[in-house]
Amino acid sequence: METFTFDYPADQKATARAHVGVVGSGDLEVLLEPSPDQTAHVRINTSVDGYGQVWKNVLDRFFTRFRKAVRIEINDFGATPGMVALRLEQAVEESRQ
Amino acid sequence: MTAAVTDLDRLLSRKSFIELSARERTKALLDAGTWRELLGPFDRLHSPWLEMQDIVPQEDDGVVVARGLIDGQPAVVAGIESAFQGGSMGEIAGMKIAAALDLARQDHERGIPTRPVLLLETGGVRLQEANLGLAVIAEIHAAIIALRPHVPVVGIIAGLVGCFGGMSLAAALCSHLIVTPQARLGMNGPEVIEQEAGIAELDASDKRLIWSLIGGEQRAAVGLVDQLVEDDADAIAEAVRAAFRAGQPDSYRSQQIPQFLARLVAIDPALVTDGPALRALWGKGEQA
Amino acid sequence: MSNHRDGISRGQIWFEALTGQSGLVEQAPPSVRCADITFAGAVTRFLAVVPDPDSRFPRARQGEVGLEQGWTLARFVRQAIDSDGDGARRPIVAVVDVPSQAYGRREELIGIHLACAAAVDAYASARLAGHPVVALLVGRAMSGAFLAHGYQANRIVALDDSEVLVHAMGKAAAARVTKRSVEELDVLGETVLPMSYNIRNYAKLGILHALISGVNADAPGAADIERIKAEVTAAIASAKSGGTGLDNRLTSPAAHKVRAASIEVRRRMAEQWAAP
Repeated sequence: METFTFDYPADQKATARAHVGVVGSGDLEVLLEPSPDQTAHVRINTSVDGYGQVWKNVLDRFFTRFRKAVRIEINDFGATPGMVALRLEQAVEESRQ
Repeated sequence: MTAAVTDLDRLLSRKSFIELSARERTKALLDAGTWRELLGPFDRLHSPWLEMQDIVPQEDDGVVVARGLIDGQPAVVAGIESAFQGGSMGEIAGMKIAAALDLARQDHERGIPTRPVLLLETGGVRLQEANLGLAVIAEIHAAIIALRPHVPVVGIIAGLVGCFGGMSLAAALCSHLIVTPQARLGMNGPEVIEQEAGIAELDASDKRLIWSLIGGEQRAAVGLVDQLVEDDADAIAEAVRAAFRAGQPDSYRSQQIPQFLARLVAIDPALVTDGPALRALWGKGEQA
Repeated sequence: MSNHRDGISRGQIWFEALTGQSGLVEQAPPSVRCADITFAGAVTRFLAVVPDPDSRFPRARQGEVGLEQGWTLARFVRQAIDSDGDGARRPIVAVVDVPSQAYGRREELIGIHLACAAAVDAYASARLAGHPVVALLVGRAMSGAFLAHGYQANRIVALDDSEVLVHAMGKAAAARVTKRSVEELDVLGETVLPMSYNIRNYAKLGILHALISGVNADAPGAADIERIKAEVTAAIASAKSGGTGLDNRLTSPAAHKVRAASIEVRRRMAEQWAAP
């Protein structure tokens, strides 16, 4: 198991929270909630070691379009980058509802 | 219209219960708009033991407890998420179920008729939390037995994981146990039996045999569960409502001691080794 | 003096030591021993599961809890409930040395899960009816077998002995499943307490009422037997003075430390229970 944290600048306020996914084979759990400061904070627990750069790439890409101050926590059980991106989008979608 | 077309229509309009997550399953059983989760993921009560063993936790520890209404009456549904660690019972997962059952009993003692439902998709004890998993399962058993006189405790095994280990005893203690044809109910999983007793005792890869021993249809045919329902979310929700409307059972299966001891005496262990043999003895028409 | 005889299980040794082999209730099957004796001034029912090499069910010949054992334990416990009135509820003592539940194809087919549930039901019903129920761990208290025979007791006491152990899975199987050696498993158990096979670490979970040291578990002498009788008597008295639930398992200082998460779950769920 490995843990990573990343921060991204944010200029919009988030209001709602969202939870998607499950810590099951090839999947991940995403918890998204508003953060009180002007930054997006991401914390990842992953079962697969040694993929820090891959996580950074996926998140860099996600935060080029997402500018809200949120706290995101990810519990990953070997999801592909595509699955990670999908769950992040779902979390954003759910937080809008 | 032919019967075949009617069946096809029904099949297509059916919403699978098995394909739902535990959270969605609890929603499917509660009256629309009444669902409210207790100790959800944002409460962040995850296992204190998994990370010590380098295993990624889940923020709800794999159990969803939701309150709401069933048929307009207060209810609590505890659903096990089998995708997380095989639905295994760790300290927190198990304690969420035991606590929900105890709080339901306290409601009844104050005159609030809370209806309890358990969704049992589990391999049993979570090995990484071994003795605390076993301890909370004993507490779940105690809680079911203490609550049962107040209100039927309804259990559902839908599949696909099935219900095994100490939680199979919890299933057997439910006042009304519903299964689908995709459910399996047994104390020891086939792989465990093959490992412990050898392939001559049981070939765990013989899926047809396994289903004939412990599958939902077999369990219903020999009267070891109360109801067989197709994998349809609406049908299962209706079966739950009907179980509460029907009220208390005449007797609990786990208390039919003389009947089952007499049945055991009548069984020749050399002959009763597969599903059809037991159906011939205990099948429809034969009463315990 | 030694009571030890080759091939006699711990459960049988202690069942006989405590009951003096008197007061035996009819035996059928021979793998479930039941005796009513006058113990500390009151009629007390003792129960043990012991090996029966001639059992009709081949997978339940070495002291496992199988179909016959589960249903028979249920019968003996239920018999005590049915024949005692309020105010005279006899204590029930489960002498525990059970290596496992019976692993077998017939067992699954015929419903071992229900047989074990029947025993759980009976023990819990006895406790709720006001019988003081005590489990005395003298050997293995494994997995589903312990659930069926002992884990519903008001009070659990154990001998502090290397062969007394509580666990959910045999050590060899657990090592295989967790991809560890047996030695690594022992090291792990020192930090991850619920994984431990050592009864002293089990005691740290706060579930035990007493851990009794300095007793010869294999060949108890007269002093050992008197000592355990006194401990069981004290556990019965404690059970009588407490409630009929299992709440006491979360109230000890040990539980507050190691089962803090369990206590937190109960506290916070109670807070969230009523509608906001």
